[in-house]
Parts: sequence; C-alpha cells; structure tokens
Amino acid sequence: MTYSDLSKPIDELIKSHGLPEREVYLDHENSGLIIPEALRAIDDAYRLSGKGHPSITHLMGWISYQALYEATVNIALAINCSPEEIVYTHSGTEANNLAIMGSSELSSKRKKIIVSSIEHLSVIFPAERLEKHGFKVIKVPVDGEGFVNLDFLSEHVDKETLIVSVAAVNHEIGTIQDIKAIRDIVRDKDEGILIHTDACDALGRIPLDMKKLDVDLASFSSHKVYGPKGAGALYVREGIKLEPIVHGQLSTQKLWPGIENIPSIIGFSKAVEIMHRNFKENVLKMTGLRERLINGILNSIDHTLLNGPFGHKRAPDNVNVSFLYCEGEALTVELSTKGIYVSSGSACTSRVLEPSHVLLAIGRKYEEAHGSLLMKVSPFHTTLDVEYVLDALPGAVRRIRSLSPIKPPRKVI
Amino acid sequence: MSSRVPLTYGKKVLELFRNPKNLGRMEDANAEALAGSLACGDMIAIYLKINELTEKIVDAKFESYGCAANIAAASILTEMIKGKNLQDAWKISWRDVSNELGGLPPVKYHCGVLAVGSLRRAIRAYYANRSKPDWLPEEFTQEEKHALEEEKLMETLAKRAQRTAL
Repeated sequence: MTYSDLSKPIDELIKSHGLPEREVYLDHENSGLIIPEALRAIDDAYRLSGKGHPSITHLMGWISYQALYEATVNIALAINCSPEEIVYTHSGTEANNLAIMGSSELSSKRKKIIVSSIEHLSVIFPAERLEKHGFKVIKVPVDGEGFVNLDFLSEHVDKETLIVSVAAVNHEIGTIQDIKAIRDIVRDKDEGILIHTDACDALGRIPLDMKKLDVDLASFSSHKVYGPKGAGALYVREGIKLEPIVHGQLSTQKLWPGIENIPSIIGFSKAVEIMHRNFKENVLKMTGLRERLINGILNSIDHTLLNGPFGHKRAPDNVNVSFLYCEGEALTVELSTKGIYVSSGSACTSRVLEPSHVLLAIGRKYEEAHGSLLMKVSPFHTTLDVEYVLDALPGAVRRIRSLSPIKPPRKVI
Repeated sequence: MSSRVPLTYGKKVLELFRNPKNLGRMEDANAEALAGSLACGDMIAIYLKINELTEKIVDAKFESYGCAANIAAASILTEMIKGKNLQDAWKISWRDVSNELGGLPPVKYHCGVLAVGSLRRAIRAYYANRSKPDWLPEEFTQEEKHALEEEKLMETLAKRAQRTAL
C-alpha cells in the first residue's frame, strides 16, 4: 500500500470523528502525556548534547557521555542503586526480554522459569519461547484479586529454577504484590535463583528502593512515568551475569549494543526525578481520583465489577471495571467520540480471539473480560476530569447495551 | 488489556457505529437468527420481514453485541438486503460487506463473516418449514461454518477457563 492509499482513509476517519470539545486521556496503560520539564530536557539534549556518540573520543562524544551519565545518576538516586547497575533499553518490553532471555543464555543446568499467570506479555512470551529450547515454564496462579499464590510458588521453586519473575504492580488490575515475601520464599529454597520484577507500573506508584527490595533484576519504562517513549531500563544487581540478546557494536553498555537514545533517556531521567520528588503528593492525589472514579462507576452503573483489589493493595492510578452486557471495544470507541480515551481487555482490541489473560486468570468469565475498561489516572488529572468521565459513562454504557440482543436482567441503567 | 494493536477503521464504520441504520428488534419478523455468543464477544441478531409471495425482504433489522466493526457490518448488511429477494441476499459474501464498509482491516474480517453467517442462518430458518428452493445449498457455507466454529471454540475455551481459574 502506498503512502497516499493509507493516509486518505485515516484522514477521513479522523475528520469524521471530529475533535471533541473536552478531552480526558486515561489510557496511560498504553502510553500518555509527557511531563513538560521532561520534554524541555529532551529539547535541550538534542540541541546541546545530542549530537555526539557517547563512546567516541572527541569533545562531542565526551559531552554526550557526560549527559548520559548524569541522567543515569539521577535514576540511580531515585531507585537507590548504583549507576553501574542500570542498563538502558528502548522500552519496558525490551527490558523484560533482556531479563528472561538474557538469563537463560548462561544457564546449562537450571531449566525452569517461574512467572505469575498475570505477567505482562513481554515476560510471558519470551518465557514461552524458551520452552522450545528445553526450558519448562511454570505459571503461578493468582487469587480473585490477582495476588500470587505463595504456597504454589513455594511448592514449585527448586534447584532447577533459573528465574522467578513477578511484577511488583500488575499493569492491568493494579495488584501490588508482596515482592519481599516472594523473594524470601525463593531465596529460602535456593540462593542461586534469579529474582526479577517488572517494575514498569510500580515506579512512581509505590516506594521502590532496590537495596531494600533486594531483587536481582527490575524493569522500568520511561513512558509509564510520563517520560518520553523510546526509553526503558533494566536494573541488574551488581554481580548478576546476563548475556546480551541483541548483538552489534557496543556503545557504553555491555548488555545492550547500539547507540543509546540519549535525549529520550535524559527525558526519562527528568520524569523519574520529578515523580520521585513529588512521590507522596502524587500518590495521595491519584488515590483520591481513583477512589472517586471507582465509587462513582460502581454506584451509578448496574452490572459492573471491579477487577483487582479494593483499597491500599491497589496501585493508586489503576481503575479496571467490567461492564456486563456491554462490549468493551465498542465502549472505547463510544467514549472516544466524547473525548475520553481508555482501553479495554476485550478480545476485539487485540489480534486474537481471546480477551485479556489477566482477567481470565483472576477468574473472570469471557463475557466479563470482553466488557472491561482500563483507565489510569495521573497526578496531572483534576477532579473535574473525573467528574466529566462519570457524567459521560452511564450514557455511553446505556447506548452500547441498547445495541445488544442480550439485555441486562431487571433494571437497565 | 491489553488491547493494544491500533485498528484503523474506515469512516463508514465510525458513521454506522454512531448512527446505526435498522437497529433494534423486529416484533413481526418472519425469519430471525442469532450468531456468535457473549463469550465470543461477538454476537449478531438478524430479523427479516419477508413477503411470502415474492420472497423479497421488505424489512431487515439487527442487534449486535460486539466491536464498532461488528455493529457497522450488521447495520450495512441490513441496508444491502432490503428490497432484495432471498436468493440475491443469500449471495452476499463477507467480502461484499467488507467492501461496502470501505474495506475492513484483516483482524476485523470475522465481523463481516459473522454478519453474513447470521443472515444465512435466518434465511435457512425461513425455509425450515417451507419447501426449500434449489439455490439453497444443503452444505453449510464458509460464513455459516465460521460462525459455528467460533461458537464451539468459545464454549470449549470458556469451560477450560472456568476449570483452571481458582
């Protein structure tokens, strides 16, 4: 398809949609806004230090190296580790891949990979791929709120286990896992087992201190902390050995060749710094917005279910609700026409027939998963934004339900 | 939720999603059928009012539980068959539906398939207690098979999910 073939229908679609008068962006799971200071830092980086390659021996190279190093120190301070322990990738997905695939390369005896059943696909898919190379993948079940079954974990961890990977905060339903308990169970069995946590959704939402958490590997993503896209990082605890999974000319990092995306890393670092500095206020604010949104939806719309835990064991930004008798993808399009941008766990939003594996793992039925909406509030939203969403949602749900041949029993909203 | 691949619809899909034509149940339909299921996340009901003498479709309506493309596919199909005789309506393929919508993206082909599957089911239902015309095949067509397969697959998957969930 040529450029003009593709651009015309998109153009028409956007025009036909029209620009809503008011917009509330709640799709921070997929990506979202960038903190203005981070954007300025990127702009500065491109103009002042973005020219050079950080491993080349001339002035521009050294200036680039300096900029990269300062950005790294900033991130290391925020998560309490050494700058040497941070490996940059270009996304959280790549960081998760490096953790799983990179550890498997060196393993000749340990052939078991243990992940939770609700991990991000960038953990599950690399693990499943390794099954082809003789590894055994164990998926630890979770309860109805998404908490890992620790007894099951304990039964399955053994001397054969290479790595255990559980996200500190689940990306879809916001469950905050007890990573320290998981770490202790694993280390009590065998201190040689690697412990990885996907911390992409944890950074800026729960306290994160690498020394206290004491895991071996942790993944981070820039756009999940309102930094730019195109930057991610893997914390690799000093002494932990991984193999690179991408090969080529090294720059400043042994585990990820090719030039670092320095301007994006600088923006990432600025976003981390700001989220770290304002951590307490941000969490308080997001928690307030989250509670208002969850309670508002559950109180005003019938046949709704909250996915994930209530209260303090839920990430402060996460709202995930199933609207029964209401297909989620249609609801996201309906809300888009009202300027509200969200995502859904419906099969229709992906390339497969099955809905979100996370929702199925917590015991939701298919029809409950198809009707789910995922919304993530940010510290940059206002109560007015949430009220706008609460005003628009009942009508949107009512309209999508009115299209269906199967109507909700009893009271229709 | 992962819901993640951006899908570009044609503007026709968005228009019909916002203002569907022929939406709603038909109380005096003389043929109707349902395809898909809530578990599939994809379900279309087609209602037909057929002139028994001419075998022309005088009115058609639909209801849909599904994504925007599913709603648009069902709606456009009801537009396409109004005024047609049953034999011509039978000939409409999922690709015709897709073309009429300005071309569905590949991941949404099954929306067109399900719409056509439900229409053909309704036409078969109409002939259930009437003498069958020559043009009506004994064998299920591709679209009808797809609807059946989807329903069966989801039944199996849903049962499996219930078994494995704690």
